[in-house]
Amino acid sequence: MSARYVVGIDLGTTHSALAYAPIEEGESSAPVEVLSAPQLVAPGTIEARALLPSFLYLAHESEGPQSLPWDAERRFVVGEHARTRGVDAPARLVSSAKSWLSNSGVDRRASILPLGAPEDVEKISPVEASWRLLEHLTEAWDTRFAADDPGLALAQQEVILTVPASFDAAARALTVEAAGAAGLENLTLLEEPQAALYAWTLARGSRWRKEVKLGDVLLVIDVGGGTTDFSAIAAQEQDGALSLVRVAVGDHILLGGDNMDLALAHVVRQKLVAEGNEIDRWRMSALTYACRAAKESLLGDAALVSAPIVVAGRGSKLFGGGLRSELTRDEVSRTLVDGFFPEVPASARPAVRARAGLTQIGLPYAADAAITKHLAAFLGRQVGATEKIPGFTPRARHGDAGDRAPKLLHPTAVLFNGGVMKGAVLAARLLSTLNAWLEADGAPPARVLEGTDLDLAVARGAASYGLARHGRGLRIRGGTARAYYVGIESAVPAVPGVEPPITALCLAPFGMEEGTEANLPPHELGLVVGEPVRFRFFGSSVRREDTAGTELDAWKDGELEELSPIEITLPAEGRREGDVVPVKLHAAVTEIGTLLLEAIPLTPQKADERWKLELGVRTEG
Amino acid sequence: MGNKPGDAGRVTLRPVSEPDPTLPLLTRLWFAWACFFRVLFDASFAARAWSIRTARTARELPSAPTSPAELSPASRPEGEAPKSIRSVSKASEELPPGPPLESALQLLGLLQRDGRFFDFLEQDLTSFPDVEVGSVARVVHEGCRKALHAHATITPIRAEEEGAAVTLPEGYSPALVKLSGKVQGSAPYKGVLRHRGWRVEGLVLPTPVKGHDSSVIAPAEVEL
Repeated sequence: MSARYVVGIDLGTTHSALAYAPIEEGESSAPVEVLSAPQLVAPGTIEARALLPSFLYLAHESEGPQSLPWDAERRFVVGEHARTRGVDAPARLVSSAKSWLSNSGVDRRASILPLGAPEDVEKISPVEASWRLLEHLTEAWDTRFAADDPGLALAQQEVILTVPASFDAAARALTVEAAGAAGLENLTLLEEPQAALYAWTLARGSRWRKEVKLGDVLLVIDVGGGTTDFSAIAAQEQDGALSLVRVAVGDHILLGGDNMDLALAHVVRQKLVAEGNEIDRWRMSALTYACRAAKESLLGDAALVSAPIVVAGRGSKLFGGGLRSELTRDEVSRTLVDGFFPEVPASARPAVRARAGLTQIGLPYAADAAITKHLAAFLGRQVGATEKIPGFTPRARHGDAGDRAPKLLHPTAVLFNGGVMKGAVLAARLLSTLNAWLEADGAPPARVLEGTDLDLAVARGAASYGLARHGRGLRIRGGTARAYYVGIESAVPAVPGVEPPITALCLAPFGMEEGTEANLPPHELGLVVGEPVRFRFFGSSVRREDTAGTELDAWKDGELEELSPIEITLPAEGRREGDVVPVKLHAAVTEIGTLLLEAIPLTPQKADERWKLELGVRTEG
Repeated sequence: MGNKPGDAGRVTLRPVSEPDPTLPLLTRLWFAWACFFRVLFDASFAARAWSIRTARTARELPSAPTSPAELSPASRPEGEAPKSIRSVSKASEELPPGPPLESALQLLGLLQRDGRFFDFLEQDLTSFPDVEVGSVARVVHEGCRKALHAHATITPIRAEEEGAAVTLPEGYSPALVKLSGKVQGSAPYKGVLRHRGWRVEGLVLPTPVKGHDSSVIAPAEVEL
């Protein structure tokens, strides 16, 4: 049965949401609506809400079943109640599932979450955590729509699942794996910043074509609860019409609004401790919550000088034992505006934490909280992103600047996304800093594209993209945001203390579109039958010229980034164990949007013989 | 695909002047609010309701949602404790059936969860300075307001500013506008708007989970 809806799912680090629109023939554009997902919001209390907090709470035996309308015997909680319950019993809470999914330092299929949970907690893997979130949305949809008509089940619809633009091939593959476990097979991946831009065009209607001109470079700045993501999208001419192509994406930066709330809570905590108060875990959590509310009112209303912070007593005695303080505008400016968005020159780069010999297993949080520095690094790295795009003519630079080589990529417009960017002061600081860099580099200032609901934009945009695939509205092209390489160790005599030199063989070039295959590189590799064979695996978000088969003996610092290794085990069927089989490695991008790596034997035993390489294998040692 | 998502549990209220005999929504709504304010302002009523709540075991309350309950102050004399909150009095055969308790308890639960409502009302304030009462009131105000706005759509009945001169035309709804002062003659009336009035346009309450005891407004907490 063919799909009747396009469904956009924003699987966020802190919140998830689902938007949908009916697929209709003809030009009538159906409205995109957001599903209110029933979820436990307190023990035994179910409410339908547009946002599903991306938290999973593994309930203790004493708490009994965590009944949902579709499952009376459930033993875990997803959503609002999971989040609030996690404050009471943090050891049983799984949060930031998405960040774990992109953490190449751990085995993402191993049951490791929650980290450090007591022994009676049945731990789950990062893949399962995402699976459970998607499962909840699937069940909410099916209960709502498919009770009487199995053809309306979510698994039967066209699902667009968003991922951070910075997700590498392995994180994307694992996301698809989690969706598959939740029953979603008819799936396409879409990068979140692109979804945000689709949402913007949806909100603007036909007016957006007047606001975006040929030669524009749109910078999408997405600062969510837990992550920060940058993408650049260029407006080029294709077949005489305006078309958008995503030309660059940034790194995965674990830095967002939660860091800001915590930073403010520490400011208030210091004041309270100086007054002789004790701040335990419960109070700190209440303080963080109060600071978030105060932050929102101070950032939203420029006339406010300060906002009160009150943490009431914990017990049934509300009075006595409470804490009282305030957060001033000055403190918010200092902590947030200058702390997270400092005015830095375009040459600034984020500090990198020196890698300690023994690192604790955990999420690779950003070492530098300055979002402006991360942005400077992104624009500096991607200075050449628009150079080789056919049909793209960059805007002229003014004065004599045209003679100098640009120092950074020149965005002409900025689209903000993510809850943090609701703070007008923060958005203004980011824009003024960017425009100062552009001014110094001889480029005109960037303008702001206004007018989307920042909380639900990604889900709505994803659904809107789904409609675009049915021929209505614009499509952003772009393909893969990285080129991928396999590392081959050269056969040289071993020298103690010197790593054997490694050659990077390009398998998949930059910008491969969905449903396309890369050329077969001429290089042959030998695989041992019956044993897992590992290859080092690299990605580059800046090398746009390499084609499949390009060999790199050397590369500039930071050009190639090592990803988690890839692995293949040749089945013994038809061959003897231990035999070495010569193969070529072949890359394709599936219709879903994931990278598919296959080994093709030079002497196949049967027609079209090939084996799949596993992405996202755990890095050893 | 008739109803839109989010409609589950949504109640669209009818105008006050058109009661619907088949569905006692108004009664329910009125009762929830009556309870709210009486619990808030009438200490003895609150105490009585509380004692019923504690005396009648938790077994009875949650099983009551579909059966009409008699906790309505209008259907029994002041001061007389109800025999059983499940019993249906003779009076209720003439009056519209009493409201189910479940939703009232849910509303109270919401106010406690988000706004520490019970904690606020149940503590004796006399010994605390106004500064502290004021700062705690912020917590209660913010939380209860959040709970209210998340579940009820409220609008003023009159759009004019309070203090403005208003004219009530013939055929105005006495249910929507209360007359005060020199109440005489017939419409149209000219007067000054003293209170804009409030009206609930819609109310969404959580879906109760079977087996959940709504009378537990907040469970006791033991930290291990």
